Amino acid sequence: MPRSQFDQELNKMHVDLDRMCHLVVLAIENCVTAFREQDYELARDIIHGDKQINDVERSIEAKCLSLILKQQPVASDLRDVSTALKVVTDLERIGDQSADIAELILEMKEMDSFLMIGHIQDMAKIATKMVKEALDAFHQHDLKHALEVKKMDIKMDELFDQVKEDIIQMIKESNDKGDLTINFLMIAKYFERIGDHVVNICEWIEFNQTGKLNNTRLI
Amino acid sequence: MNNTILEKKKRVSDQILYALIQLSSFLSIFILLVIIGYILYRGIPAFDFSYLVNTTSIINDTVGILPNIVNTLYIVIVTLLIACPIGIGGAIYLNEYTKNKKFVSIISFTTEVLAGIPSIIYGLFGMLFFGSFCHLNFSILTGSLTLAIMILPIISRNTQTALECVPKSYREAALGIGATKWYMIRTVLLPSAIPGILTGVILAMGRIVAESAALLFTAGSVAILPTNIFGHLLSSGGTLTIQLYLEMAKGNYEVSFVIALVLVVIVLGLNMLAKWISRRFDVNKGDN
Amino acid sequence: MENKIEARHLNLYYGQKHALKDVSLDIKENKITAFIGPSGCGKSTFLKTLNRMNDYVDNVKIEGDVILDGEDIYDSRVDTTLLRKKVGMVFQQPNPFPMSIYDNVAYGPRIHGIKNKKQLDKIVEDSLKAAALYDEVSDRLHSSALGLSGGQQQRLCIARALAVQPEVILLDEPTSALDPISTLKIEELLLQLKDQYTIAIVTHNMQQASRIADYTAFFLVGEMVEYGPTKDVFGMPKDKRTEDYITGRFG
Repeated sequence: MPRSQFDQELNKMHVDLDRMCHLVVLAIENCVTAFREQDYELARDIIHGDKQINDVERSIEAKCLSLILKQQPVASDLRDVSTALKVVTDLERIGDQSADIAELILEMKEMDSFLMIGHIQDMAKIATKMVKEALDAFHQHDLKHALEVKKMDIKMDELFDQVKEDIIQMIKESNDKGDLTINFLMIAKYFERIGDHVVNICEWIEFNQTGKLNNTRLI
Repeated sequence: MNNTILEKKKRVSDQILYALIQLSSFLSIFILLVIIGYILYRGIPAFDFSYLVNTTSIINDTVGILPNIVNTLYIVIVTLLIACPIGIGGAIYLNEYTKNKKFVSIISFTTEVLAGIPSIIYGLFGMLFFGSFCHLNFSILTGSLTLAIMILPIISRNTQTALECVPKSYREAALGIGATKWYMIRTVLLPSAIPGILTGVILAMGRIVAESAALLFTAGSVAILPTNIFGHLLSSGGTLTIQLYLEMAKGNYEVSFVIALVLVVIVLGLNMLAKWISRRFDVNKGDN
Repeated sequence: MENKIEARHLNLYYGQKHALKDVSLDIKENKITAFIGPSGCGKSTFLKTLNRMNDYVDNVKIEGDVILDGEDIYDSRVDTTLLRKKVGMVFQQPNPFPMSIYDNVAYGPRIHGIKNKKQLDKIVEDSLKAAALYDEVSDRLHSSALGLSGGQQQRLCIARALAVQPEVILLDEPTSALDPISTLKIEELLLQLKDQYTIAIVTHNMQQASRIADYTAFFLVGEMVEYGPTKDVFGMPKDKRTEDYITGRFG
């Protein structure tokens, strides 16, 4: 193989990418658990873990740029490298949002009110499912699976609308939980954003396989 | 320190070989210098300018080699006029036109054999074929035709080599722009090959000037001044070398060495001319 | 978009060797088309069939058609001088003739019978300008072309090709003997020239093909494996063999 050096570097980058996916899945899973179980310790772990995610992201970016600089990848190599460069951004945002949710958990004193809005629980479940399945599809270059995951975002958006209505209802019913309701809204918004980032990842999987992004030829 | 590079070794076999190579080069220069020196040593005291402008004549009581000089020039020019077009043309044909590799190799082989035949055999052939069969008798033309055959291999071989040395890329470039083959040969190939071709021609001139055996039976040895430029073609005429041979045979060493001196000067002159022409016409150098 | 040259089912044999296998390919007008592939894949051979430079190779047999502006260039009535006036060629090694810069450029026009001094002067100047060489040599037009640097010599060769006002320029690895800066100059030049000429280039340098070519054809052992817009061939090759070759995972 004349490009074993290149393949080695590409492999190292993929190892980092797998690690980052793993960390992100862990972050969102922990986030949901911390939310459900009201686990402060776990929430702190998530915030701490975000730094790791950021570090891996830097490492992947550096490896990709070095590959571009030294090897001028083309065809599937080029698509792999550019997909990685784009996907890490979304992964990092998912990590950030998990950490943001964790911070909100820590801020919220009245734990009993966590379970007040059931739809947020649903959003958390779907978000976790989307992240896990999208990363599976990414790992296995499974375009069909990615497109299915992408569709799950519709459900996510519907749930977000319902959460908004729930919160309006809450405000109407009681006046003393103003700061709490805002935190709920933000948590819901973060889950909704995570869904959007998963959609982006699915689109980059599509690009990786077809060279197209939303039916536009990129290369 | 085992790993040092500071231990210069004397490699005996290298040095012996180097000494031998040096010796051979000195030897060749030495031999040349001895010959030239001896000729100068014997020739200069005997030399008198009158030799160059007189004809040997018992009636006028003069001794001179002017007719031989004239004959030599005559034969050189006529021979080249015959041999150059054929030799150069043949080489161009072989190198540029024939696609039949076997034919080319047969021709090359025969040319090489021709080059190796002793000149007296050319003389014999020339005498019988041109002299008797073509009824040209003893004449400058017979001599020139004979010599032309003899020097043909030199000219065509050198031309072929010169053409082979012209980069293939020149041919491609010219043909690629739309030049016809002959236009390409005329405007690119020949100008590039001219130093090599001229070297061949001048080597051939040296061969002509030096030749005696092939001329003895063809051009003869008559040493009278021509009266008519073209008429002289069909009359017998001895070159300097022939005259040298005759004088030697008669034991006239004084005149012999004068002729030798003149010949050496002519050969030296021709060689210098060759060098100069090669440089003058060398289009392949980059400077201006 | 017009097809300038259309090769149809082109087969070429060197004696027993089948050097081009049923190659069909369109060369678009005013575009740069690059031919890539490993050594001996037939890309140079194919380029040379486009102005019949293979005519000078022994034992060569060509089947199929090469249509230039609707005329078959292998028709027995074709005059190769006129063909090559229309389809010029630049070679791998810069090969200026051992003449002055001026005479090099004027060589082609003189073949085609232009003798008028003024007219030649203008052609020489225009061609050198088009080849982005004029400013560098305008003060020494009558000195030997062999004194130029490799990159300048190659641009001179391009000027020489341009001087006969061709419509198509074929380039056979024109930068493989040049340093990177000279290479970039030639590439820049080709990009400028494509507005007026149709350009086909054989290159070993895949980055070069991806930098300058609008269309790229990939050849492998005499076969044209893939041909399409350069962006497709390098971004999303259809054939596994193309992918393997351009990503360097070949053999």
